[in-house]
Amino acid sequence: MNLLGNLDWSAIPFDQPIIMGASGMMVVGIGLVLGWVTLKGWWPYLWREWLTSVDHKRIGVMYCVLALIMLLRGFADAIMMRAQQAVAAGGAQGYLPPEHFNQIFSAHGTIMIFFMAMPFMIGLMNFAVPLQLGIRDVAFPTLNSVSLWLTASGILLTNISLVVGEFAKTGWVAYPPLSELQFSPGVGVDYYLWALQISGLGTLLTGINFVTTILKMRAPGMGYMRMPVFCWTALATNLLIVAAFPVLTATFAMLLLDRYLGFHFFTFEGQGNQMMYVNLFWVWGHPEVYILVLPAFGVFSEVISTFSGKPLFGYRSMVAATMAICVLSFLVWLHHFFTMGAGADVNGFFGVMTMIIAVPTGVKIFNWLFTMWGGRVRFTVPVLWSLGFMVTFVIGGMTGVLLAVPPADFQLHNSLFLVAHFHNVIIGGTVFGAMAGYNYWFPKAFGFTLDERWGKASFWCWLTGFYLAFMPLYVLGLMGMTRRMQHYDDPSWRPWLVLAALGALVIMIGIACQIVQLAVSIRTRDERRDVTGDPWNGRTLEWATASPPPAWNFALLPHVSGMDAFWRWKESARAEQPVAKDGRDYEAIEMPKNSATGFVTAFFAVVTGFALIWHIWWMAALGVFGAFVTILVFAFREHEEVEIPASRIAEIDRAHPAGAVS
Amino acid sequence: MRYGVPGIVLVAAMALGGCSQGVLDPHGPIASAERQILFNSLGIMLAIVIPTIVATLGVAWWFRSSNRRATYLPEFEYSGRLELLVWSIPAMTVLLVGGVAWVGAHDLDPRKPISPTVKPLAVQVVSLDWKWLFIYPEQGIASVNHLTVPVGTPLSFELTSSSVMNSFFVPQLGGQIYTMSGMATRLQLQADHPGSYPGLSANFSGGGFADMRFKVDAVPAAQFAQWVTAARNSGPALDKATYADLAKPSQAVAPFTYRSVASGLFQQILSSPLPTSLPSAQRDSTSQRAEQ
Repeated sequence: MNLLGNLDWSAIPFDQPIIMGASGMMVVGIGLVLGWVTLKGWWPYLWREWLTSVDHKRIGVMYCVLALIMLLRGFADAIMMRAQQAVAAGGAQGYLPPEHFNQIFSAHGTIMIFFMAMPFMIGLMNFAVPLQLGIRDVAFPTLNSVSLWLTASGILLTNISLVVGEFAKTGWVAYPPLSELQFSPGVGVDYYLWALQISGLGTLLTGINFVTTILKMRAPGMGYMRMPVFCWTALATNLLIVAAFPVLTATFAMLLLDRYLGFHFFTFEGQGNQMMYVNLFWVWGHPEVYILVLPAFGVFSEVISTFSGKPLFGYRSMVAATMAICVLSFLVWLHHFFTMGAGADVNGFFGVMTMIIAVPTGVKIFNWLFTMWGGRVRFTVPVLWSLGFMVTFVIGGMTGVLLAVPPADFQLHNSLFLVAHFHNVIIGGTVFGAMAGYNYWFPKAFGFTLDERWGKASFWCWLTGFYLAFMPLYVLGLMGMTRRMQHYDDPSWRPWLVLAALGALVIMIGIACQIVQLAVSIRTRDERRDVTGDPWNGRTLEWATASPPPAWNFALLPHVSGMDAFWRWKESARAEQPVAKDGRDYEAIEMPKNSATGFVTAFFAVVTGFALIWHIWWMAALGVFGAFVTILVFAFREHEEVEIPASRIAEIDRAHPAGAVS
Repeated sequence: MRYGVPGIVLVAAMALGGCSQGVLDPHGPIASAERQILFNSLGIMLAIVIPTIVATLGVAWWFRSSNRRATYLPEFEYSGRLELLVWSIPAMTVLLVGGVAWVGAHDLDPRKPISPTVKPLAVQVVSLDWKWLFIYPEQGIASVNHLTVPVGTPLSFELTSSSVMNSFFVPQLGGQIYTMSGMATRLQLQADHPGSYPGLSANFSGGGFADMRFKVDAVPAAQFAQWVTAARNSGPALDKATYADLAKPSQAVAPFTYRSVASGLFQQILSSPLPTSLPSAQRDSTSQRAEQ
């Protein structure tokens, strides 16, 4: 019996120079960062203030950092794919063999959706929702930390697959029978499944946490119809998570049973049905795209309203549209496989349902338009991203509705037209939203603004690069090019693929500009300090406290008397005399204690996942036991909160001029 | 000028697609009808999408904070009439496109026979790792990675897979359909002009996927009859043993024909699609790597 299961030296692809180069760079990079932190003696600070923090703001920041790092990884995959397809025309095989190319597009999709787009959105929600609701933390702060670190576990496992073993070669959807043991006997699909099971659990816990928070913990006076729209979109997103992620977990559990214990859920033998997986996958998968884009809609609502100096036009319509999308997103999944050969009635029904979703989405576009109407629009970086989104997303939405027409889909399904469409909505919607939110809330999180010039340069590169990279893919789809081709024989496709590769390079310059923007902003932070707590003349409660906010967010919980609560106070403060801060009656605040539970649980989750992937059963048992004990220790804790004395709160509150009266 | 901009976009798209053997260059009734639906839906939507884009940029620019001529309406946040407009514009658009989708889904149902009078040519399609098998049950012959069909005759396909899922797709003749093991799908196509049309798998199926291509040669009826006769007189016979041989994974297989086909082979493939229980190592590139 092998103590390490299926793991041996052959798992490391020493003979593949490209993979070894990439993993070598990754290992060296991680080593350098860890070495630097050790050298500087930052470990105690990191451990105390970040890794064990249960503060929703810090957790939000860490989610965004993870997402940005994964953006780099996923983007490296994208560049490699574009380069491969730009050269592998005619008889040429390019520089990536199918074995490697197939892993790259699978990893690209998995990473960008699960480990880039979703963590970024969850990060923004973590940071902004409790502040906007005027509360001190989420409902279950330690659980929030567990969610973060389980997501990080999934990320770590996916990246370990680069060095040890392989990643799935099935595409990010991993359809059986291709993903069954018979056709994918390697560990790639197992890496995919366990990484997503672990991070999916984290996401589900986030969903539960935020639904509870938004439904039960709003500031006094903040009724549902007084919540900022970002909170509404966060509510819809987390309801979707709670409803959809268990489906994904169950589907993957069935595939795991097929692969590990010889079950026949999706195999042909034993009366399994592969299309059941495809149905279940998209029952999760379509709500997932709204999980990605709804928070972005929320960000745009906040940004456009703030920088137009106006309340959001048609607030009730926006709320209704958001909740309509939330429900309808569960009724459209079959449009991902019209070509399965279901009858005309079924295809027609799902086609029409898909288009109906476009109605509330269209309403949102018009409402943003009318929000700008009569405003004083300041063209800051977040506004540029929002305008870029509105133009780009309308095009992506149009091609989406086109794909929802079954006969058109028969021609365009799985083609590069489809690839162009979903990048059009995910980049144009989610990524642009993430960037808008990043520029918008950065000063709140760190107390200084981001550089505008580099931010604008980055935006223009991204926008140009996006159109250069993806418009050619629409053309190629119409020319009959299907996705995931390692090489192709039609030389007339090649100029378009070269153009797309150039577009990817322009996006790369955009990403470089963002890195420069961050570096420049940090270096010049003293000149760009936000001492008011309200750098944009904001409308919602997150701008009513200091930047960065104290751990307890608000010294005194705000009392809300209408929409755009902070704007109202500013208006009335102009009319009346502001209440002096000296007169405030501070009370001691109890805050949740830091906890290593999340970090340690996630450590054991990685151990368990890795052990299961390689069939190291003793280690898997150890991992599960470790995680269980960690949770037990947390459950039997004696002190769950620390009390911050009123004097300390008064001292900090008075030191900051920020914060309107409540 | 009302159709100016959509017209230009369509013409540009056609110019791009025209020289490309793609879906915009149809050579059969199904592909033509599908292209028409594509254009109709696109036209309806462009009529609303282009004004929206222009309005977005126009409004944002006019109401820029430095423009003192623009009126500032800080309290403008609701208007019943505008709300009605805002909901009805997308609703009307979707009503139109939804109608196109519903009618189109029925008119172009892949199972629907093309002509009620003309008897179609039956072709049975099996996707294998990584090539296509075409069985002509009435002619008793079969071909691999190459489909020869008579021009102007409806083609009635019955499709399945011997292993993983693929999608049978000839862009210039019409839309695709999945091939799934243990299940048979139906597709009706027709070529109106003689010519050679590229076909491919449009659903990723593993290592040899990129080479799952085939040519469809549409030839006049007489020439088709000649081709059938020639095929009957050459090539191996397709029976259980040769099928098992064919089903082994292979890539970039050059086209060839079978002079005869064992009767009921397609039904057998349908009921037990995986004739060869391959040792998994044959497919496992990791272990291949280890052997090297």
